[in-house]
Amino acid sequence: MNVVLMVWRQENRDTAGRLQRIEAKDISSEMSFLEMLDVVNERLILAGERPIAFDHDCREGICGSCGVVINGTAHGPRRGTTTCQLHMREFHDGQTIVIEPYRAKPFPVLRDLVVDRSALDRITAAGGFVSASTGSAPDGNAIPVAKPKAEAAMDAAACIGCGACVAACPNAAAMLFVGAKISHLGLLPQGQPERWMRAEAMVAAMDREGFGPCTNVTECAAVCPKEINLSVIARMNRDRMAAVFLVARRSPRGDTA
Amino acid sequence: MAAIWYFLRSTIGLKVVMAVSGFFLFGFLVEHMIGNLLFFLGPDLLNGYAELLHASQLFLWTARSVMILAAGFHATTALVLYLRQRAARPVGYRRTRSRTFSYAARTMKYTGPLVLVFVLFHLAHFTLGWQVTPAPFVEGDVYANVVASFQHTWVAVVYVVAVLLVGFHFIHGGHSLFESLGVRHPRFDGLIRTVTGGFAVAVTVGFVALPCAILFKLAGG
Repeated sequence: MNVVLMVWRQENRDTAGRLQRIEAKDISSEMSFLEMLDVVNERLILAGERPIAFDHDCREGICGSCGVVINGTAHGPRRGTTTCQLHMREFHDGQTIVIEPYRAKPFPVLRDLVVDRSALDRITAAGGFVSASTGSAPDGNAIPVAKPKAEAAMDAAACIGCGACVAACPNAAAMLFVGAKISHLGLLPQGQPERWMRAEAMVAAMDREGFGPCTNVTECAAVCPKEINLSVIARMNRDRMAAVFLVARRSPRGDTA
Repeated sequence: MAAIWYFLRSTIGLKVVMAVSGFFLFGFLVEHMIGNLLFFLGPDLLNGYAELLHASQLFLWTARSVMILAAGFHATTALVLYLRQRAARPVGYRRTRSRTFSYAARTMKYTGPLVLVFVLFHLAHFTLGWQVTPAPFVEGDVYANVVASFQHTWVAVVYVVAVLLVGFHFIHGGHSLFESLGVRHPRFDGLIRTVTGGFAVAVTVGFVALPCAILFKLAGG
């Protein structure tokens, strides 16, 4: 099959970018989207041009490295799928495919389709962990976790941090990502001691990075490759509200109030 | 106190302010609509109801203060959130494609200010008594003022359009206020959307009935 790519090309974060038209001929419909880009890049290199820069790593849909906006949708037209797991059979012969990087102030474009997503790492570093020393793996059933809670925590933990929720949100909000991190720890016994501090610190980090507010448009969940449920955002809101009263605060004298 | 202030400045705190102030504003609309429907029971009841509302200056100004505060918080918080949204995506996409097609949600930033403009006009018209139609404004005779005004097509049309905008605003705002307050669960999402959507339709129909009845000479003749 032959397709026409309209790819965002940008030298670095300080220069202006533009869409470049590249004709990709003789593409196999069995190729993944990234394999198609690999083939296009081989040809660009042979022609003496700079290849298209794009992020990728595991190519099996679990690392969260890949992710571009394809024809206006983060990760492309297939639901519940990362860009690397998208195949060219989802497109038709002769189709024009617009490929753009994720757009958000906290995600500066580094080159072409590569954006700096370390803002998400900084949010995780603000509280997306359990700091208690837990030793080696506990005996099975030593810490009881109700089945529905275990399932909900696992669903939230499926987040791979790809940033598609931010890319798809009309406000560039990171609520689904932060909600997933807060929910996956907040639902489990190990996450309870730091639950309220975590909600307060991660929301503050999210605001500091400059992500937008949520308007409940629900585009984030519609593009999430792990199909994270919107209820994680509600849980984050509840935990952040409760944190106003439940976080132990230090008085000026140093004792906890 | 510091903890509350810190919370209210966060994006989640601002959404809570939107939700609570929106809830008060919508609660007022329900009360206003029920008052309007007294029109169909005759001038005595409608004017009597208006008199009752004005019976105590303390009560009247307490109620008015709550509404002015709610509207003020709702509008200023909306502006702050809008500016944060704008700042969060300085460079947009060349092509966008929506999967959820939530028109009501995406047009909140237009329906909100339009409704505000209408409310200011509406207060000038029926509370301050600006003479927007040839008929003179009679203080206290709500029934006569309403009938005299809605006989003019443009007044009725402006009113109906504004009410439809409010209804559209609430189609999204209704369930959104629950979500902002953390009330969301796959099991109850359908119920919340159905109930708030039903409320939006009921209030819209209740408000539209009055000007339509007068314009088409079905009542108040």
